[in-house]
Amino acid sequence: MQAFTTLQGLVCPLDRANVDTDAIIPKQFLKSIKRSGFGPNLFDEWRYLDHGEPGMDNSKRAVNPDFVLNHPRYQGAQVLLARENFGCGSSREHAPWALDDHGFRVVIAPSFADIFFNNCYKNGLLPIVLPTEVVDQLFQETAASEGYRLTVDLAAQTVTTPSGASFGFDVTAHRKHCLLNGLDEIGLTLNHADKIKAFEAQRRVQQPWLFS
Amino acid sequence: MAQTLYDKLWHSHVVHEEADGTVLLYIDRHLVHEVTSPQAFEGLKLAGRKPWRISSIVATADHNTPTDHWDEGIKDPISRQQVETLDANIREVGALAYFPFKDQRQGIVHVVGPENGATLPGMTVVCGDSHTSTHGAFACLAHGIGTSEVEHVMATQTLTAKKSKAMLVRVDGQLGRGVTAKDIALAVIGRIGTAGGTGYAIEFGGAAIRALSMEGRMTLCNMAIEAGARAGMVAVDQITIDYLQGRPFSPKGEVWDQAVAHWRTLVSDEGASFDAVVELDAGSIAPQVTWGTSPEMVVTVADRVPDPANETDPTRKSGMERALAYMGLQANTPISEIPVDKVFIGSCTNSRIEDLRAAAAVARGHKKAANVKAVLVVPGSGLVKAQAEAEGLDKVFVEAGFEWREPGCSMCLAMNADRLEPGERCASTSNRNFEGRQGQGGRTHLVSPEMAAAAAIAGHFVDVRTFA
Ligand code: SF4
Repeated sequence: MQAFTTLQGLVCPLDRANVDTDAIIPKQFLKSIKRSGFGPNLFDEWRYLDHGEPGMDNSKRAVNPDFVLNHPRYQGAQVLLARENFGCGSSREHAPWALDDHGFRVVIAPSFADIFFNNCYKNGLLPIVLPTEVVDQLFQETAASEGYRLTVDLAAQTVTTPSGASFGFDVTAHRKHCLLNGLDEIGLTLNHADKIKAFEAQRRVQQPWLFS
Repeated sequence: MAQTLYDKLWHSHVVHEEADGTVLLYIDRHLVHEVTSPQAFEGLKLAGRKPWRISSIVATADHNTPTDHWDEGIKDPISRQQVETLDANIREVGALAYFPFKDQRQGIVHVVGPENGATLPGMTVVCGDSHTSTHGAFACLAHGIGTSEVEHVMATQTLTAKKSKAMLVRVDGQLGRGVTAKDIALAVIGRIGTAGGTGYAIEFGGAAIRALSMEGRMTLCNMAIEAGARAGMVAVDQITIDYLQGRPFSPKGEVWDQAVAHWRTLVSDEGASFDAVVELDAGSIAPQVTWGTSPEMVVTVADRVPDPANETDPTRKSGMERALAYMGLQANTPISEIPVDKVFIGSCTNSRIEDLRAAAAVARGHKKAANVKAVLVVPGSGLVKAQAEAEGLDKVFVEAGFEWREPGCSMCLAMNADRLEPGERCASTSNRNFEGRQGQGGRTHLVSPEMAAAAAIAGHFVDVRTFA
């Protein structure tokens, strides 16, 4: 997994609540058996005017000029600013894969759906929860100044605006450690293999029906 | 100290705990389907790792499989490749059970697990699918995971997790005639919102829940994820135990007795405290119909489409306006005047035998309305299909002009050929009414199987309680 330490990134505002995983990456793209290549189909139904299918040449499709991701001023954005309950719906990890593949490294919202939130950490994507008032303020500032960038420092757990205002955010010590160091979580867990084996052996004795 | 059911399930699976409260949680049952597993199998192989415990895996193909012309196989080459990839992976790795495409016991993973007794009380159950919450009906700690976690579970038989808060949704009283578990689920989501359960594991309790069959409890727990909850669950009682007796993977003989004795402890203790409690009276719940593009946008069949003009919160207001535009609806339209183009009876929410019986009871002796282009009835599994046919339900549907299909996810998410065309309006027994969920531009209204069947016959939504 790619590590995340600090980032100074252009902000793209997506001013909708309850953005679901079907909107982030429509299901026809879930037929892929790969992990990469989902970026061009991120927000496919909002981003293009035609219906997207896997295997199409996306560079030849008509884009929806009104959709924020297509605005010239937000090209190259690495921070997605969103509203509450971002990522609700399915467990598809294709959603963070698509965001990551498009170039986003951070998503900021007042709240996230649980599985999506988890999935982000597994892919070097940092989901940040900030209070609704702060998110409101960031939306206003992004709209007001072109080229608006935020500085995200994971070690310090802060988001800093161009004017120097700084907001703290929460992250569990375990997730922070994994993300800062780009650690493979499976490898970490297997350090506890003996404990898992012992637990399993005991369970087998106590609840044998779970092992038939 | 008095413990909640969730406390008991959690604590009995903790293998290791970090200082920050992150734990390694042991996983008993791993359900696998074709869409979210290929990258996990590949990751495992690339890292040279072996699956930890093959006998924990139960797999089936459901999302991509067609629901008609099975003799022709899977026509879409990309779908076929995904299903064949699962076949190959399971062949290589192994599993306790695999129900491939066309197998007699193939079906939607959340229907297949319970009906085979592969979902047992006290288990942790995971699957790369958000509706894994369904299995909580059996007093399991069951939730959806992403593909990285699928790989993590395969490699280590554990997940890293943090404990959620506990919410009790207590539904007392008695459901009226024609009102179902689906209506309870939608009423709860209407009350607390799609983010209302975020950060919580929900236990459903109260007299109305105790009175539900296992099928009803599964419908309810299935929708817990739509309320934002990590998991939904119902305590064990005699109904749970009776359901499990004699299922293929249920324990037998002496072990059965031992298991039942343990299962009976899987209830919240008297006086256990919850972080949040939501109370509803079952008697006051009417049949529900969603009008928008989120399950929380729901009213009763007797209501009208809400008016954004009455909403003061600007984000909510613009969300309502966008939803109405997408759904092609005018504010204040009576729900019962909304015509439907298609009807879908199926999905892991409502495709079990009881759902099909309920829909057939409404459809019996009627014909679908002329304005309804198609009514798809898609059983949740091959076993459900066989049972329904043994009871003659397929004939009732066919005589009513409905289509009787092969099992699978079908038009719940439209990954196969079953889908809405742009602008088409559907009464659906599934769980998500998001934009494009049932096909790009498609408009979904979530309802119970009874309400869906009634809409098919009337041609528009109609209160099933007064529908003859
Ligand atoms: S029926 Fe629908 S919700 Fe259920 S597993 Fe299949 S696609 Fe997901």
